[in-house]
Amino acid sequence: MRSLVLKLGFLLVLLLLPIALQLFGNAWVRIADMALLYTLLAIGLNIVVGYAGLLDLGYVAFFAIGAYLYAILCSPQLSNNFEFIASIFPSGLHLPIYFVLPLCALLAGLFGLILGAPTLRLRGDYLAIVTLGFGEIIRVFLNNLDRPINITNGPKGIGEIDSITLYGVSLSKKMDLGFMQISSVTLYYYLFISLVALSILICTRLEHSRIGRAWMAIREDEIAAKAMGINTRNLKLTAFGMGATFGGVSGAMFAAFQGFVSPESFSLMESVMIVAMVVLGGIGYLPGVVLGALLLSALPEVLRYVAGPLQEMTGGRLDAAILRQLLIATAMISVMLLKPSGLWTAPTKIRSQS
Amino acid sequence: MNQSSYILSVRGVSKSFGGLKALNGIDLDIKERSIHGLIGPNGAGKTTFFNIITGLYTAEQGSFALRGKQYSPEHVHQIARSGIARTFQNIRLFKEMSVLENVMVARHVRTRCGLLQAIFKTPGFKKEELEIEKKSTELLDYVGIAELANQKARTLSYGDQRRLEIARALATEPHLLALDEPAAGMNAVEKNELKQLILKIKQDGTTVLLIEHDVKLVMGLCETLTVLDYGVKIADGTPSEIQKNANVIKAYLGSHAHGAAPQPLPQ
Repeated sequence: MRSLVLKLGFLLVLLLLPIALQLFGNAWVRIADMALLYTLLAIGLNIVVGYAGLLDLGYVAFFAIGAYLYAILCSPQLSNNFEFIASIFPSGLHLPIYFVLPLCALLAGLFGLILGAPTLRLRGDYLAIVTLGFGEIIRVFLNNLDRPINITNGPKGIGEIDSITLYGVSLSKKMDLGFMQISSVTLYYYLFISLVALSILICTRLEHSRIGRAWMAIREDEIAAKAMGINTRNLKLTAFGMGATFGGVSGAMFAAFQGFVSPESFSLMESVMIVAMVVLGGIGYLPGVVLGALLLSALPEVLRYVAGPLQEMTGGRLDAAILRQLLIATAMISVMLLKPSGLWTAPTKIRSQS
Repeated sequence: MNQSSYILSVRGVSKSFGGLKALNGIDLDIKERSIHGLIGPNGAGKTTFFNIITGLYTAEQGSFALRGKQYSPEHVHQIARSGIARTFQNIRLFKEMSVLENVMVARHVRTRCGLLQAIFKTPGFKKEELEIEKKSTELLDYVGIAELANQKARTLSYGDQRRLEIARALATEPHLLALDEPAAGMNAVEKNELKQLILKIKQDGTTVLLIEHDVKLVMGLCETLTVLDYGVKIADGTPSEIQKNANVIKAYLGSHAHGAAPQPLPQ
């Protein structure tokens, strides 16, 4: 009973949070939106790194693939560059989200398999290096695929991307409820939080399934897992594909939310940050991963408001951007020193069932 | 005796590591519903042989038949499916998973539900999960560690970890259970309990292949024995035959059986 009240209260807080943040300005809601997108990424990466124990340093590639596929299919990009498409769709290709989103998930998943296949024999550091290379390859491709035929528009990026319209409600416009207005970023907040909730549900179910247990067995001891009859090749590929799918969905959301994508959003630093979220929060444990993602994505933004006054106190000698990075780095190092297995980890003794 | 009463028949297995001939033309037959021992001094090739029949190493030569059917132990994960399960000399549990989950993992080969069934939590999936949990709990009870089901595997005592490994191997429903030095590091009481457990497993219809250093345990438990020395089979037969075998006495048992001083260890 008490836990039910707590859960309902928590749900209420989550639902009312953007409305409250909206009062302080849309920039705050925007921070929450981005934090949710990163949470989605961290949950996806947790399948690969946390469950199956495969260190993936190129995860942002799947984010990029989702974002670019959405951008290309939901903007004038193709019509501007291909006459035959322009003759059919003069105002640009604007495919509906119900069609594009599964496609983004599918393509990212496919690329997950493509990355997984050659790395099956690799573990630990070697795997990390190969995946790191994969992430960079995708970014370099996006950066250069404007010649000979312009697909990605190169370093200039793709703009004028459609925002999302669900059941005739455009998320890019304010919603007027009469007594109050709900801004566009708040509408996106509700979409993103439902996606995060859905992915948590999917991951929890996977975790407590035959597949999830096999992933964890591979993480714990690959040889023993094989000897117990687990087909490690197929299951590692499943983990890569499944994790990448989440990245693709998150990427599509990012493209729709920002209305613009360019290769510089998908640098190695982003991959590293997503890994840091998973590790800092509590690798393999969903509540920890979510906490890590929320903290690491929101903290830099919140620190903007702390770094400013600090800068003034030192008479402007300290650069705010550098100060901010210093604070984040200090926070990360302290967490890793004090709680090496993550901020919020699975309880050591599992509660007895009765 | 005809071929089909053997659960495992192996002919002419050879394996070298670089220039070292670890195994040289080993033949081995294991009778259905028996306990077969594989013994030999350190470095005789016991574990290598073990790793070959369970697919961890690939033999250069040799033919293998399980219950009369030829098999080639190349893909490790298929071995468990075809009915051989093993434990490891240096215990290899899934340390961060619970004791129950360790056994549940091994139900993998005997269950079928995939990704989508798990995501949509179909009735079939729920039913299968319940069965997995029920069967796994039964097995924990069978080896006598049911009360530890929710502990993490790494927190278990040494003897209990061995038991858990056996429960995990049994969860794959093997015809042949291969135990690699299960009594290593156990005290007398634990060894006796292990002996009872192995006998129980045999009585319940699973054939056991046992590698063991503890001669007393092996002689008391096994119906047939194979003795390896320097990668060659030097004898096989019943324990009493083996005890009288001149080659064996010379290679291994002799120094103890006749009360002679053990060979000094090389420095």
